[in-house]
Amino acid sequence: MALSRALLARLKEIVGPVYVLTRPEDVVVYEQDAFLVAHALPDIVVLPGSAAEVAGVVRAAHEANVPLVVRGAGTGLNGGSIPIAGGVMLVLTRMNRILEIDPRNRLAVVEPGVVNADLTAAAARHGLFYAPDPGSQSVSTIGGNVGNNAGGPHCLSYGVTGNHVLAMEIALASGGMTWVGGRSVDPPGYDLCGVMVGSEGTLAVVTAVVVRLLRKAEAARTLLAAFETIDDASQTVSEIIAAGIVPTAMEMMDGVVMAAVEAAIHAGYPADAGAVLLIEVEGLPDSLPRQMERIETICRAHTPRMLRTAASEQERLLLWKGRKEGAGALGRLAPSYYLHDGVVPRTRLPEVMRKVVEIGKAHHLRIGNLFHAGDGNLHPIILFNPREPGIMDKVVRAGEEILHACVEAGGTITGEHGVGIEKREYMRWMFSDADLLAMQRVKRAFDPSGVMNPGKLLPLGTRPDVTIKPVMTAGMWT
Amino acid sequence: MEPQHAGVVLNIPELDQCVHCGLCLNHCPTYRVTHLEPESPRGRIHLVRAVAEGRIEPLDPVRGTPNERFADHIYLCLMCRACETACPSGVQYGRIAEAAREVLGPPGSPLFRRLARLAFTQVFPSPRRLRWIFSALRLYQRSGLQWVIRRVLPRRLREMDALLPAVPSRFFAPGADVMPAIGTRRARVALLSGCVMSTLFGDVNDATIRVLRRNGCEVLVPRGQGCCGALNVHNGETVAARRMARRNVDVFLDAGVDAVIVNAAGCGAAMKEYGHLLRDDPDYAERAGQFAALVKDASEFLAGLGLIPPSGRIEMTVTYQDPCHLAHGQKVRVQPRQLLAAIPGLRLVEMEGADRCCGSAGIYNITHPGMSQELLTEKMAAVGRTGAAAVVAPNPGCMLQLRFGAQRYGPALPVYHLMDLLDRAYGAD
Repeated sequence: MALSRALLARLKEIVGPVYVLTRPEDVVVYEQDAFLVAHALPDIVVLPGSAAEVAGVVRAAHEANVPLVVRGAGTGLNGGSIPIAGGVMLVLTRMNRILEIDPRNRLAVVEPGVVNADLTAAAARHGLFYAPDPGSQSVSTIGGNVGNNAGGPHCLSYGVTGNHVLAMEIALASGGMTWVGGRSVDPPGYDLCGVMVGSEGTLAVVTAVVVRLLRKAEAARTLLAAFETIDDASQTVSEIIAAGIVPTAMEMMDGVVMAAVEAAIHAGYPADAGAVLLIEVEGLPDSLPRQMERIETICRAHTPRMLRTAASEQERLLLWKGRKEGAGALGRLAPSYYLHDGVVPRTRLPEVMRKVVEIGKAHHLRIGNLFHAGDGNLHPIILFNPREPGIMDKVVRAGEEILHACVEAGGTITGEHGVGIEKREYMRWMFSDADLLAMQRVKRAFDPSGVMNPGKLLPLGTRPDVTIKPVMTAGMWT
Repeated sequence: MEPQHAGVVLNIPELDQCVHCGLCLNHCPTYRVTHLEPESPRGRIHLVRAVAEGRIEPLDPVRGTPNERFADHIYLCLMCRACETACPSGVQYGRIAEAAREVLGPPGSPLFRRLARLAFTQVFPSPRRLRWIFSALRLYQRSGLQWVIRRVLPRRLREMDALLPAVPSRFFAPGADVMPAIGTRRARVALLSGCVMSTLFGDVNDATIRVLRRNGCEVLVPRGQGCCGALNVHNGETVAARRMARRNVDVFLDAGVDAVIVNAAGCGAAMKEYGHLLRDDPDYAERAGQFAALVKDASEFLAGLGLIPPSGRIEMTVTYQDPCHLAHGQKVRVQPRQLLAAIPGLRLVEMEGADRCCGSAGIYNITHPGMSQELLTEKMAAVGRTGAAAVVAPNPGCMLQLRFGAQRYGPALPVYHLMDLLDRAYGAD
C-alpha cells in the first residue's frame, strides 16, 4: 500500500519520530501475533504514549483512508492484530499506567497497555483482584482482553472480561473521544460499553478502561484428578455440572499437553495419564471440604488413577502455572500449532470430545487438548510441522470439522479467543445474512470509512476496495 | 536457485521451538524499559527468522558490514537469558543470539569493532598480555595521570573512565600448584583462575581456595589455563574463543580432577557450553562434553558436596543478586542461598527482581551506557528497599557494576562475593 509522506510526517508529529517505525528490521516483528498460521507486514508501526496521541493517530488514519490495526502484547490467537491489509499498526504497549485504584468502590482505571497480571498485583495490595485470568495474563494487556472479551479458567464462576468492564474511553475514527458506560452499574442509554467489548478493534480504539475489582475469597482448594481416558474426564465434568455444583474453575489437560507441561515446569502432572482435571473451589474455609467431597465422589465413579488435593499454596500455584503456560510449552512437541476455540453445551462434552479424537485420527494429525471443561469451552490444539508439504490444508480442514462439530452439537465457534481473521468466514454458520448486515451497520456507525481493522470479525465484503493478503498459509516457513 | 544470502547459516533448529506465545516479554529487561517488540526475545527470534529466510540481509551485500538496524536490536540484548527461564517451550535463546552475533561480528562503531576484535583475539587469549594491560591501568590510576586525564576527556569517555575499577596492587598468584585439603580429603578439584577474577579479584580467588580446602578439597590451579572466552562468544568472536576453549579442555582434563570450580558465573555458564561451542570439531566435541560435565559453580559444588558449616558469626543483613548466568544460564538459584543461610548470624532479605539483570552484562555497560545505567538505577532502588547492609553477588561483572551503583546512586553499601563471606565465617571460627 502506498502511504503518503504526508501521513508519515503527521504521525511523527503526533507521537514523536522515535515511535514511528517503518524500517523492515523494526516492523517485521509486528507481522505476527500468537496465531501461528498467518502473518502480514504493517507499513507503519506507531507507539503512542497518551490518549490524545491515540486520538490523533486514529484521526490521521481515517483522514488518509488507511487501514488501522490495534495491537497490545501480541498474544491473540485469532490473528486479529495481523495487518492483512497493511497500513498503520497502533501498538499500545507504552500506555501502561494504572491511573487509579479505588478500593472502596472496588474499581480501577487503567490505560489499555496495562498487563493483566500487573493490575491484579496492584489490586492485591488492597486485598482485591481482577478476575478474568486468560492463560496469557502475565503478558496480555487489558486493552487486548477487552477487544477479544477474553476468558480464563476462573471465568467459570466469575464471568468473562465483559462482566468486569464498567466503562471505557474511546477514540473514534470520525474524530474525537468519548466515554461509554459509567462507574456505577447499569448506566442509562445504549450499552455502548457492551458493544465495544469483543469488537476486536473494528469499531474504535480504547484509551482507558474502568474495571471492576473483586475481593479475594477467604480460601481455595485445588484438586488434581487424573483419568485413564479423555472420555472418563469428560463424563466427570458433565456430571459435576449436572449435579448443580459450580466450581470456580474446572480445567482439562490431556496426556499430549501434559508431557510438554511436565517437561517445562515439573508440577507433578502424571504425564502418562489420558487426561487430568484441575478443579478449584473457593469460599469460606468451612464450606470447602463438603464441596470437595461431593466433587471427589463424582470423580471416583469414573475410576480415577489419582486424586490429589494441593497440600500447600505453593503446590496449588505450581499446578496453575502448568495450566497457564500449557500452550507456551507446546514448542517442545512441534514447531507449530493451531489452537482452536469452540464451545459446546456441557452435557454434550463427552461425545464432542470423542469426535475431536476421531477427526485427528482421520487426518493423521496429533491433537492435544487443554481447555475450560467447566464452561464447555474446548481448545483442541493441532500440532504440526509447517515444513511438511500440504500440511496446512489438512490442519485447516481438521480445524473446520472440529468447529463444525461444536456448532452441530448446539455450541459456537469461539468461547474467548474471538473471531479475527481465523473465523470470520465461519460467522456465516452462526448468523444469517440479515444478522450480519445488522452488525455491519453497527460497524459503519462507528467507522464510516471502514479503516478500523479491515478484514476481521465480519465475513468478507465489508470493504471491497481493500485487497486482503493471503492468510492461513504455512506461515513463514513455506 | 535463489542467490545465497549471508543469513542462511542462521537457519538453526533452535528457532523452530519458539511458538510466539510472548510469555518471555515481561521477563526481558530491555522490553520492560522500551515496550518495543524488536527489543524483546520473541521479537529478536522473529528477526533472526526473517534473516534466516532471506527477508532481511544481516550484512551489507557489498561491503560486508553489519546491517546496523538489525545489529542494534541484536546487541541491545543483555544476553541475560531471563527469557530462557520464562520460556515454557525451552527455547535456547542464548544460542540464537550468539549465532546472530557470530554473523554480525562485534558491536559498535568501526573503530570500536576493530579494538574489540583485537582484544578478543590478541589480549584475552593471553594471560600475560592481559596482566600487562591491567598493570598499565594500575599505573595510570596511581600515577596521578588519571586525575589529569579526567579533567580533559570529553564527557562520554569520562563516563567510561569512571566505570574503570581500581586495580588492586597484587594479582592472583596461588601459593602452590596443588593445595592440600584441610581435614579428610573429600574431593580433588581444579579452580579456574579467570581473567578478570585473577587481576581484579585475586582476593576472591584466595578466599575460594581457602573455603574449598576447609571443605575437604584438594585444590589445583592448573598452569596453562586461560580466559574462558565468554566475552568473545557473546560479542560475535568465535575463532579465538574456540581456541581458548580447546586449551582449557586440555589443561583441565589432564589435571584429573572431580570437578572444575568456577567462581565467576559468566565463565561457568560459558564453560558448561563448551560442548556446544566445539560441537563441529571432530577432535574436541566429545572431550569438550566431558569437560563441561565437570564444570561447577563454587556454590553449586559446595552445596552438592555438603557444606561443612562455619561456626564464626557474621551479624549482618544482606540481599542477594542472582547473577544472570548463574540463575538463568546455569539454573543455580537455591545453592547460593543455602550457603548464605549456613552462615551463623547472617540474615538474607530478598529484593524485588533479584534475578533481573543489573545492566553489567560483560562489556554491555561500555557499549550501551544508557540502558545499562537505567537498569542499574532500578536495581539499586530495589536494593535500597530491602534495608540490607550489603549485597552479595557471586560474579565479577555484577560486583563491579553494583559497586559503581552503590557509589553513584546509593545506598552506599559494600558488595561481596559469596566466597568472601564464607571465608570470613570460617576465619572467625
